[in-house]
Amino acid sequence: MAGSDPEYSKVDKIIESYSFEKSALIAILQEIENLYNYLPDWALKYVSEKLNVPMTRVYGVASFYDAFHLTPRGKHLIRVCLGTACYLRGSARVLEAVERELGINDGETTPDLQFSIQSVRCLGACALAPVMIVGERYFDKMTPTKVRRVLKRVQGRNEKN
Amino acid sequence: MKKIRTPEELEALRNSLLQQRDPNKPCVRVCLGTGCRARGSVDVIGAFKDEIKRQGLAIKVDSKQTGCHGFCERGPVVVIGPKEIFYQRVKPRDVPEIVSKTLLNGKVVDRLLYVDPATGKKTLYEYEVPFYKKQRRQILANNGRIDPTNILDYIAVGGYQALAKAITTMSCEEIIDTVEKSGLRGLGGGGFPTGRKWRLCRKAAGDTKFVIGNGDEGDPGAFSDRSLMEANPHSILEGMIIGAYAVGANQGYLYVRAEYPLALKHLQIAIDQAREYGFLGNNIFSSGFDFGIKINRGGGAFVCGESSALVASIEGKMGEPRAKYIHTVERGLWNKPTNLNNVKTWASVPLIINNGADWYAKIGTEKSKGTAIFSLVGKVNNTGLVEVQMGTPLKEIIYDIGGGILGGKKFKAVQTGGPSGGCIPEELLDLPVDFERLTEAGSMMGSGGMIVMDEDTCMVDVARYFLDFLQYESCGKCVPCREGIKRMLEIVTDTTAGRGKEEDLELLQELAETVKDFSLCGLGKTAPNTVLSTLRYFREEYESHVRDKKCPAGICKDLIEYFILEDKCTGCGACLKLCPQQAIQGEPKKLHIINPAKCIRCGICRDACPYEAIITR
Repeated sequence: MAGSDPEYSKVDKIIESYSFEKSALIAILQEIENLYNYLPDWALKYVSEKLNVPMTRVYGVASFYDAFHLTPRGKHLIRVCLGTACYLRGSARVLEAVERELGINDGETTPDLQFSIQSVRCLGACALAPVMIVGERYFDKMTPTKVRRVLKRVQGRNEKN
Repeated sequence: MKKIRTPEELEALRNSLLQQRDPNKPCVRVCLGTGCRARGSVDVIGAFKDEIKRQGLAIKVDSKQTGCHGFCERGPVVVIGPKEIFYQRVKPRDVPEIVSKTLLNGKVVDRLLYVDPATGKKTLYEYEVPFYKKQRRQILANNGRIDPTNILDYIAVGGYQALAKAITTMSCEEIIDTVEKSGLRGLGGGGFPTGRKWRLCRKAAGDTKFVIGNGDEGDPGAFSDRSLMEANPHSILEGMIIGAYAVGANQGYLYVRAEYPLALKHLQIAIDQAREYGFLGNNIFSSGFDFGIKINRGGGAFVCGESSALVASIEGKMGEPRAKYIHTVERGLWNKPTNLNNVKTWASVPLIINNGADWYAKIGTEKSKGTAIFSLVGKVNNTGLVEVQMGTPLKEIIYDIGGGILGGKKFKAVQTGGPSGGCIPEELLDLPVDFERLTEAGSMMGSGGMIVMDEDTCMVDVARYFLDFLQYESCGKCVPCREGIKRMLEIVTDTTAGRGKEEDLELLQELAETVKDFSLCGLGKTAPNTVLSTLRYFREEYESHVRDKKCPAGICKDLIEYFILEDKCTGCGACLKLCPQQAIQGEPKKLHIINPAKCIRCGICRDACPYEAIITR
């Protein structure tokens, strides 16, 4: 199955760039995650085979670290900071508002693969607390009311594209 | 570029740089730390570059990007040398005026100056701003001065001279003696004497040794490591090279959170430049010493701040700690002797080598030397990065530097040490901050988060918040941590939901002490600190949740209801329109009423009310 499939050869290139080094497992998975925004099943199996690392360990690492996701994620990643500074200034209410507006829970993706919500613990931009990031863009001093406006803007841009 | 092989060559390079650089030439320094960046400082530096080009001033003035200046609250921050005029909240549209007025004519743009809210006085210079005045910035000294992506900037301020001195004039033992005598302790929070650690690693059997820089700052509310890595990466590298030489390591690793892309980028640039100039690579300063540094991106696990878990992660495994009857200095990475220090600790080393152990030992308290860096955040006016001498009272940090409590509210507690730390109440505000005092108070230094809480903070909810974080981050290897934190979380969650029972508090205390005593690693051992310290200092808040089913701070959703005050409501309808539950009823210009059965306590109505008519009770 591998060999000719272009997706497999992309992963091949990554593994080769780390010289099939077993200790580079995390770095390899990070690059695959960057490529697909999540870790597809087939890629995990393939890495396990190519590195000669048992699937249990590959899966262990993939499910241990927050940087990895085992299901596909949306086009727009919405990160709501739940770091202590943001939390004290009401970011839990901001997260609830995002969940309510999009009809999904933290960690989930909308069925149309447009939005994913991910709460994070501190982005280090505490002066902007509570902070929310859509894609790469920071929105500061968030409130549940502002959430609706920000999401409308993102959705509006989306329809134009 | 020719590699630097001797201290004389380094000195000559520095002198030629200083000669080329006119200290009186106007220079704009724009902060591109994450805080200012999020507020748009990339556009500000772009505007400066465009405007300088447009006016044809490239020969007359300089502009550079720097790392974090620390005063994130007032970002984007711009400082104009040589006079060090300090502008805050600068927008791209302010730029043409700054260029023509300040850069060209030395005149001040009044509206961009910082106004001290306490006195109403405007301050002209960076060093006059109260936020900076009481700080002692030595690790962060060059943060806002140098371009972190340009090694020549670092060399111009004396960079790599400590390395030259250490390698060419000191023996490994002398370096370790100096570090030991300085009293430097692990600034990642552990506070282990750095010199002693180095000595243990040097003495450990084996030819292959490693050094590691820990930049996996996982504490929510702490960003000092990130700011340092972004703003002055070479200072960390220089410390690591000196340390590696002293302990006898030839390979170093920097373990950095993947969530810190800018830090990763700047460190990689710094490593490449240091290699180009011969500070990394083979035969450094013609001494025969070889050393290289690799960067590992962390996978986003809090437990990887723990040394043995971090080592496992570099080896490509799950970040599970192991019992430490054998220390990492004897058997660490790939079972070889490994010396791991926090990036702030590494960055302190060049200062000590340059200025001497006695200089460093004079700063601070009896047992805690030097400075401490805190991310001052939460309900405080001046959010930012603060470096103070060890022993500075909490009050001074929160009120003189931090400008007091946000919105004139009443102070309730300050939490230090992140999820591993504890909450310190008002009666201890005079506490001098150092490793010992914070531990005695039931908290710890940790990686330097200092989170200020006001009267609107519910301490039971704070305990729940940290337990929730820790139960998620617990690696699950040992039972006390994995099960104990979960059970504590259940009890505290019940308390916040009004299901708490009187006897729960005793059980919580007992459980907390058990988890503290029997967990395998630092995560579990310190996890109960927030519970223990809040039970110790804020027991009455737990009691009102349990006995009266009330949340005095008005935070715990199950114990409060939103209510509209009759005398303040004008019937404007702002709340009614925004309520996502259609829980508010009322005719225009008449009193509105919230239906508690429909209300989900999201607080949107309270934010929307222009008359402060909506309260929680």
